[in-house]
Amino acid sequence: MRNAYFVLAALAVAVVTFAVARLIDNAYVFFAGYVVLQYVVLATAWNILGGFTGYVNFGTAAFFALGAYTTVVLHKTMPFLPLPAMMLIGGAISGLIGLGMGYLTLRLRGTFFSIATLAMAVVAQTLITNWNFVGGSRGAYIIRPSDSPIFSGDYIQYLFVVMLALSVISVSLARAIQFSRLGFGFSAIRDDEGAAEASGVPTLKLKLIATALSGGLMGMAGAPLPYYVTYLDPASGFSLSYAVNTIAMPLIGGTATWLGPVIGAILLGTLQQVATVTISSALSLLLVGVLLVTFVIAAPKGIVGWFKK
Amino acid sequence: MDLSFDLLGNALVSGLLLGGFYAAVTIGVSISFGMLDIVNIAHPAFIILGSYTAYIANSVFGFDPILSSIVLLPAFYLLGMAIYHVYDVSFERRGDASIRGLAFFFGVLFITEVTLVLVFGVDYRLVDAPYVGPSLHFGVIDLPLRLLVPFLVSCALIGSLQLFMSYTFLGRAVQAVAQDPMALRLMGANPSKIKRIAFGLSIASCSVAGAILIIIQPVEPSIARDYIGRIFAICVMGGLGSFGGTIIAAVILGVMESLTSTFYGPSWSPAVAFGFLLITLAVRPSGLFGRT
Repeated sequence: MRNAYFVLAALAVAVVTFAVARLIDNAYVFFAGYVVLQYVVLATAWNILGGFTGYVNFGTAAFFALGAYTTVVLHKTMPFLPLPAMMLIGGAISGLIGLGMGYLTLRLRGTFFSIATLAMAVVAQTLITNWNFVGGSRGAYIIRPSDSPIFSGDYIQYLFVVMLALSVISVSLARAIQFSRLGFGFSAIRDDEGAAEASGVPTLKLKLIATALSGGLMGMAGAPLPYYVTYLDPASGFSLSYAVNTIAMPLIGGTATWLGPVIGAILLGTLQQVATVTISSALSLLLVGVLLVTFVIAAPKGIVGWFKK
Repeated sequence: MDLSFDLLGNALVSGLLLGGFYAAVTIGVSISFGMLDIVNIAHPAFIILGSYTAYIANSVFGFDPILSSIVLLPAFYLLGMAIYHVYDVSFERRGDASIRGLAFFFGVLFITEVTLVLVFGVDYRLVDAPYVGPSLHFGVIDLPLRLLVPFLVSCALIGSLQLFMSYTFLGRAVQAVAQDPMALRLMGANPSKIKRIAFGLSIASCSVAGAILIIIQPVEPSIARDYIGRIFAICVMGGLGSFGGTIIAAVILGVMESLTSTFYGPSWSPAVAFGFLLITLAVRPSGLFGRT
């Protein structure tokens, strides 16, 4: 029941956010807001596996880009599909890939899983680069429709609303998991996997659930990307900055709760949008790296940890 | 594509030489990840840093890249000691090295890469040395000096590290840390001091590895990522910390990649390392020559 109240509250926040963005009535607000929301989803998704169960995924870019390239394929073969359907398919594919990866590597120590995800990003990029149907290394062009299909306004507003809805879904999901039996199982794995296994927690099964959920949400976050950028090439889809950002945001916000990644994503995402416009995009990435290292050394519990003393 | 013997022979030889080079690139991770259990995923970034220092020494001052990288070994050693010190104080002593330690090295990897981009841009850089251009010929087999010289340097690097590990007091102390840090502590030795030295050595190897990398191929900051998969695939397949295993695994990977790029095209070769890594992890996680 508390979950229902939370979803209502989150929906209310989302409606207010959209209303404010409409009032400002500037296309840039929607473009920048979309990126911040996309990071809210990515950071929350990463945290389900990384923060709750303690398995570090370096392959965010791979899951994200798989979702994006699924849309490219669907756009070429079945252009009549609505965007949310494409997102579901992209999410399902990324989730399945996560499940397969996890099945091969999650029985080992956590570091092997992390290294495997890092390598997976490189290989997925190699496969896409060699796949001519989706443009290969030349990239693919997608024509963004001009108007929103469900309300009056630009298509970018529609993308913004879609991402807003996905944020509500993923944050609510993360919160529900945190307070459920599943979440308790996850934190048992994080704190002491051997002890958890010995007390009857089905560790492999739970880890696979976490990986599939996390990968699926990342794929869903990536699915609208081709319509947002209108030109997608492997180098930008698989950019390492997605991986760095999605790790930095939960760690800066705090990994133990659902709230940490949201705070981290909003702060860091907004900061980067501002820094990209005012300084340069390379420097804004440097900023993320420096903040990540500073926070893991100086504030291991993140921003949320400051208020829990 | 029909299989021609010349092509196959050349692919095998260059794969062998490439494998020797991969062993030099991996040897540092064999020390840090294999022996000390520090997951230094920033290792390739330090190798690229080594490439750029060799590039500066070569293009600005006109020095030989390999000689200058040997001169710079102490600087990389100190850098490694400094990084280990931060890591030790911030993570190992607090006892949560896993997630935060990984995130720390990931941040270091990213900072190094972006800094190199800001300073040098994303252009490919080359070095100039007498052995970059010419090749030796044995019948139908070509031996490009560009690959042969790095191979020999790599053998020398690994040989000297192996001698150090087997015959010096410090080297044996490092092996002791690798086997049982707790027992070492009970003997009254301080593991973090020994680990600091060993980590320094692992980063020092990046200076030489970076120099031979930029001899073999042009370098730009983001190629570090291509090496992460390779390095860890070799390290895991070689059985974590075994130098002999590292060399054999590196040669196997080098030959496989060379065959792949000869017969299927170079754009497929990054996938080989990952395939190896996944198969190794799934089938035999202790590596080909692992102890357990």
